[in-house]
Amino acid sequence: MASKETPEVNGGSLADIAFLLLIFFLVTTTMDTDTGITRLLPPEPDPEQQDIEVKVNKRNVLVVLLNRNDRLMVGGTEMDRLEIKDKTIEFFTNPLNKEDLPVMETTEVQFPPGSSSMLRADGVWTGMVSKGVISLQNDRSTTYGKYLQVQNELVAAVNTLRNDFCNQFFGKDYDELNTANPIEEEIQLGIRKIYKMNISESEPKSIGGRN
Amino acid sequence: MSKFRKKGGKGLQKINTSSLPDIVFMLLFFFMVATTMRETEVQVRVKVPEATEVKKLEKKSLVSYIYIGRPVAHVARMYGTEPLIQLNDKLVSDEGIPFESIQDFVLFEREKLPESDKSKMTISLRVDENIPMGKVDDVKQALRRAKALIINYSAKKEYRNQGRKR
Repeated sequence: MASKETPEVNGGSLADIAFLLLIFFLVTTTMDTDTGITRLLPPEPDPEQQDIEVKVNKRNVLVVLLNRNDRLMVGGTEMDRLEIKDKTIEFFTNPLNKEDLPVMETTEVQFPPGSSSMLRADGVWTGMVSKGVISLQNDRSTTYGKYLQVQNELVAAVNTLRNDFCNQFFGKDYDELNTANPIEEEIQLGIRKIYKMNISESEPKSIGGRN
Repeated sequence: MSKFRKKGGKGLQKINTSSLPDIVFMLLFFFMVATTMRETEVQVRVKVPEATEVKKLEKKSLVSYIYIGRPVAHVARMYGTEPLIQLNDKLVSDEGIPFESIQDFVLFEREKLPESDKSKMTISLRVDENIPMGKVDDVKQALRRAKALIINYSAKKEYRNQGRKR
């Protein structure tokens, strides 16, 4: 039926070629999502206030030291990076009420009333909150990768504590709380008061001996 | 030809597939257009560390990037191989501590944001894992001085086989 003058080009394989390209693009394009650990820097100290040393009880501070050879010292003992997390959790909870671990203070935290059957009817949680602070110190020659690994372990410790609490009282992970929902946001703020992200990055200084 | 035609007669009606390439091309173009490459050319080599506790950065418009790493080959010819700082798309070439450039950069980027979001500005630090912390500390000090306090240490998600539980 088709006229003989212009023979049609066979377009059947066009689909295959296009499919091939399509699959190539589908596979190669990774939507690059930015992920990372968000931290808050301390505000710059007032020049007039510089001389006032904040007195913190010694037992309330856990010093995490990273020296120029990427060796790690936590609270006076050398340690592997995977041990920090448990050490930090112990530090923040002080389960055995030890003398050399932080002071625990009885605190009341307000949660939305009726949000959990394990709380009082008015939503007030009463319990012990640690006054501990972790002081992370590094040398100028510490590699960034190692530093971030340590940061990560510290953040992991606090996240674990928050998750455990959240699971116990509200039956879900801390991360799963939806901040768009005002009740869940309040829960999140409450938990943040109980387990604070008390990780202080000290003023840079040179540690780890002679250069 | 006629040899194969024998069966023909009244089989299944063939589906007209001539529009299939068009559909597929449409999809193809969609993907080609939708996937924009990162518009800033990163002139320093950055291999971000891995971490387990990473979170996604939500609002991209609030984020400015600071890259720290050793320069890539063609940049290294001009600037040497010492670690360099790149602010969004521009390389900081001055020697020593680049307080001034970072402060200007923060002010400039903050100006671009709407008034309500100015306090939420986030700086994403994309730092190579082998860079000594001295350089990073300098940048952090500069950011504190510029009052850009929300920072994000860029890291890739690391999966540990023992899971996240203790």
